[in-house]
Amino acid sequence: MGAFTDRVRDRWATAPGWQRWTVYVLLFIGALLLPSESIGHFMSPYSDWASVLFFPVGTYIVLAIGLNIVVGQAGLLDLGFVAFFAIGGYSMALLGTRLGLNFWEILIAGVILSAISGVVLGGPTLRLRGDYLAIVTLGFGEIVRQTAENTDAIGGPRGIAGIPHPPSIDGVVIFGVDIFHYGVLDPRPYYYLLVVVATLIIIFVKRWEKSRVGRAWAAIREDEDAAEVMGVPTFKFKLLAFAIGASIGGAMGVVWAGKTISINPNDFLFMLSATILAAVVLGGSGNIPGVILGAFLVAWLPERFRGLSEYRIMVFGAALVALMIFRPEGLLPSRRRKAELAEGTGGMGAMGAEVPDPQAHAEPEGAAK
Amino acid sequence: MFDNLLGSFWPYTIDGLILGAIYGLVALGYTMVYGVLRLINFAHSEIFMIGTMASAFVVMVMGVTKPLTGLALVGGLLLLVLAGGAASAGSAMLLERIAYRPLRKRGASRLAALISAIGASLFLQELFALVIIPYVFNRPQQGRNQMGVARIMEKDTLFSIGGAQVRVDQVIIFVAALGMMVLLDLLVNRTKIGRGIRATSQDPETAVLMGVDIDKIVRVTFLIGGLMAGVAGALFVLQFEVTKFSIGFLLGIKAFTAAVLGGIGNLRGALLGGLFLGLIENYGAAIFGSGWKDVIAFSVLVLVLMFRPTGILGESLQQARA
Amino acid sequence: MRPKIARLGGVLAVGVALTVGLAACGGGGDTGSTTGGGDSAAPTTLKIGFMGDLSGESSGIVIPPSNGAQLAVDEYNATNPKVKIEMIKYDSRADATTAVNLAQKAIKDDKVVALVGPAFSGESKQAVPVLEEAKIPNISASATNVDLAKNGWKYWHRVVPNDGVQGPSIADFIAGAAAAKNVFVVDDKSEYGKGLADAVRAQLKTKGATVSDDALDPNATDYSSTVNKAVSAKPDAIFFGGYYAGAGKLLKQLRDKGVQAKFFSGDGSLDKGIIESAGAAQAEGALIGCPCRIPTSAETDEKVKKFAADYKAKFGADPLIYATEGYDAMTAFTKAIAGGATTADAINEAVGKSDFDGISKHISFDPTGEPSAKSIYMYQVKDGQIGLLGDTTTAKLS
Repeated sequence: MGAFTDRVRDRWATAPGWQRWTVYVLLFIGALLLPSESIGHFMSPYSDWASVLFFPVGTYIVLAIGLNIVVGQAGLLDLGFVAFFAIGGYSMALLGTRLGLNFWEILIAGVILSAISGVVLGGPTLRLRGDYLAIVTLGFGEIVRQTAENTDAIGGPRGIAGIPHPPSIDGVVIFGVDIFHYGVLDPRPYYYLLVVVATLIIIFVKRWEKSRVGRAWAAIREDEDAAEVMGVPTFKFKLLAFAIGASIGGAMGVVWAGKTISINPNDFLFMLSATILAAVVLGGSGNIPGVILGAFLVAWLPERFRGLSEYRIMVFGAALVALMIFRPEGLLPSRRRKAELAEGTGGMGAMGAEVPDPQAHAEPEGAAK
Repeated sequence: MFDNLLGSFWPYTIDGLILGAIYGLVALGYTMVYGVLRLINFAHSEIFMIGTMASAFVVMVMGVTKPLTGLALVGGLLLLVLAGGAASAGSAMLLERIAYRPLRKRGASRLAALISAIGASLFLQELFALVIIPYVFNRPQQGRNQMGVARIMEKDTLFSIGGAQVRVDQVIIFVAALGMMVLLDLLVNRTKIGRGIRATSQDPETAVLMGVDIDKIVRVTFLIGGLMAGVAGALFVLQFEVTKFSIGFLLGIKAFTAAVLGGIGNLRGALLGGLFLGLIENYGAAIFGSGWKDVIAFSVLVLVLMFRPTGILGESLQQARA
Repeated sequence: MRPKIARLGGVLAVGVALTVGLAACGGGGDTGSTTGGGDSAAPTTLKIGFMGDLSGESSGIVIPPSNGAQLAVDEYNATNPKVKIEMIKYDSRADATTAVNLAQKAIKDDKVVALVGPAFSGESKQAVPVLEEAKIPNISASATNVDLAKNGWKYWHRVVPNDGVQGPSIADFIAGAAAAKNVFVVDDKSEYGKGLADAVRAQLKTKGATVSDDALDPNATDYSSTVNKAVSAKPDAIFFGGYYAGAGKLLKQLRDKGVQAKFFSGDGSLDKGIIESAGAAQAEGALIGCPCRIPTSAETDEKVKKFAADYKAKFGADPLIYATEGYDAMTAFTKAIAGGATTADAINEAVGKSDFDGISKHISFDPTGEPSAKSIYMYQVKDGQIGLLGDTTTAKLS
């Protein structure tokens, strides 16, 4: 398996540009064709397939791509990513119902607002190391949710209802789908919108990853102190990672709220943050295709096996443990991350009390920092 | 706004301290595992839950119909604490064996271990909701419902301070929690195994070279952390007389917060963080309303970390001596 | 770093290809789905859905109405009608997004003509618009949020009076029969609990009672700060808006702290779990209002007695909360179908004109879909059992 994927990757790495772009376009078209009835009965026998594709599948994928920037690229542990999703969702709900802005205006506003909130959270806390950051982000997620719950001016626990849909352009019918009709009944137009948004996000993220910013993130992830010494302004780049991750979460929040009619604070529980984090690590943190695969599986499997309804979460939990034991680097790790992991800390630091074992050349992190 | 707090300052303080003692006991498990393994043991909240379940099971088996008195009460309480402690310690060691050790041996990242912990946490919750509660507790189809536990001791008022009535069970909980922590402190600072734990958390490689059996140290760490959580579970059942498959989640997050507040990896910090958090929650609730309790707790956490980035007492087990 | 590692598409390709491949394999193995009743030929079986939390934490108040609805279907089919009814259950686990996805499936794949549910208000808010656009008549047996009726929905109905009726009725009882002047009102910060508690607060204030309030987290266990507030407020009565798990814990901690004020709650707490969580001694005397009619052992109405007996015979359990309402909601549909309506539109029209004596109340709807009968009943814990005290307007406290 490893040798084969290596060969595929080598082949891919040396493939000429037009071949790659052909594949990209085919993938995009493939994604648009996914909500087909013909596979729906297999993919989602217990729920409507096109709806499932929008939420949870598509939503989880975009959120995972956003969280991947923070966790996978910059190596910062964020346990409260759902906060930015919530801020995006509430932006859509409040600006849409109170100020009557339309979806596209709110999309921009939501992205900016979440980016700002990412900076507000990151500013004072990003100087904290590893696990302190984790609990602070977790706390931030809860602060956002409970503040919404306690504030009657934004609906309190009732949330906000009557959120407008994106403006429709009726009459553009392709294969029997009115593709720009954002109504209630047909989820497919929303799914297409999500695919377009996700594609744009992937292109941006990929650009960043290959730029100076991406290299700075990798340096921070691998050894923050060394990066700082080498002249990388680590704080600035960490903050940037936070802001970009947050704005992707926020954008998804806007798109999601634009379909969902009403939202309330219980849509933004900690469990969602944990699930998205699981998706990132499961797929292969740092590697976008891996993260997409991870998010897809995490979202789709419980829906697919709704028939075993009772036991599906239990099986999911056990599967997470098993996967981490047998493939701790994720299903589709990037080669770079794999190398980092083999060397030791994988950017997140290894566990302490490492027993020097011939197979694992892990460097224990000193307890006293 | 503040008159509510000032008007009933002592009741808020006492309830805050008792809640804080339970937070502190659970926080010890987080802090010890973190000190030795640098791992957030996310499934620790489920270890606590198992402690409450074991205690609830004992009460059920004893068939208590009315509160016990005298020797029966002492025996019952001991049994409760023993059952909670044993069940939790056992499951904590099992958890280490299954979900963490294989990762440790492979040199997996802490992120992978964290995901494994989240997976284990989900698994254990569902295991209780779907199997243990319906079949062992014989409550079919009610696995997700809250379970009441029969009262085993009369909740009489023992004394009062400044208008606050202090009940017997509250005193027992506070004294037991503090006692456990003093014992643990002695164990870590005065015994050979304690030295091993400190050495491992300081520098595992050197500890190995010096002949410390790291696997054993890790096992003992989980055992002690589990034991503390189990005792906390038993005391929790004694005070609140309810449990549920998901009871650990919120308490676990709070206890972890307490551990970080005090300085994660620091035993005395866990106690201090627990008591501090318990008080903050209650004072905050008194001033702003109970709905804001968690918001205040987390905001204080952020503030404390901004000024003391490694918690109130700073991290690391080896500094616990100071 | 190697220069030309551009893997974006590379592994993306593998990812999506895997997905599509998987899908394709599965698609091949699947032999098509149910085709649903043809529209042209007269159908012999119509499908009616039931949606609600059938396996989650709140399933205790959804399984009884689902059983009630099933009983209504079985009784109807036993009369050997021309058009039979098949009931399909949709387990939303009280999650709004799941409810929307299931509603879409019910409409597109299962082609239901009507739906009993969604059970709760939160999921109704999102799923009913979908049903509305698909023109599928739906009747909820337990969604009590006031705002639901204000959306101008034509296909939506409910057979229980809303929180705007329940809250004030309970408040009237607190200020009237219980003669409380100083009331401490707590909610559990849930959509339902807060809505009900706010309705109670507003009505109590118009009655001239002093109201102090607080909120708690139903998932937490330590309510000492709320209890301390109650101690210093010295109320004659306490009202809790929320579900039984929170109510039980709060009630116990209040009593253990020596607060003896009368304890009131709403339909969400009407579950024997409140007695178990609070302890029988602490729960004794607690009063719970509900728009629901639960048959008790002291029942005198023959029709209700027969229902309770049939229900017990079929499901091996006493009919609990909303069982009669679930039965009545389904009966509105069976009567419409028995009257010759076979399309969703015709059924909706017939349901709108419903006028019959159900088990829980007289069933008829006003144009917004609200039930015309507005009775709220008061229940009380006595000797570790929940017993009916009577209609809130007439019931007396002993």
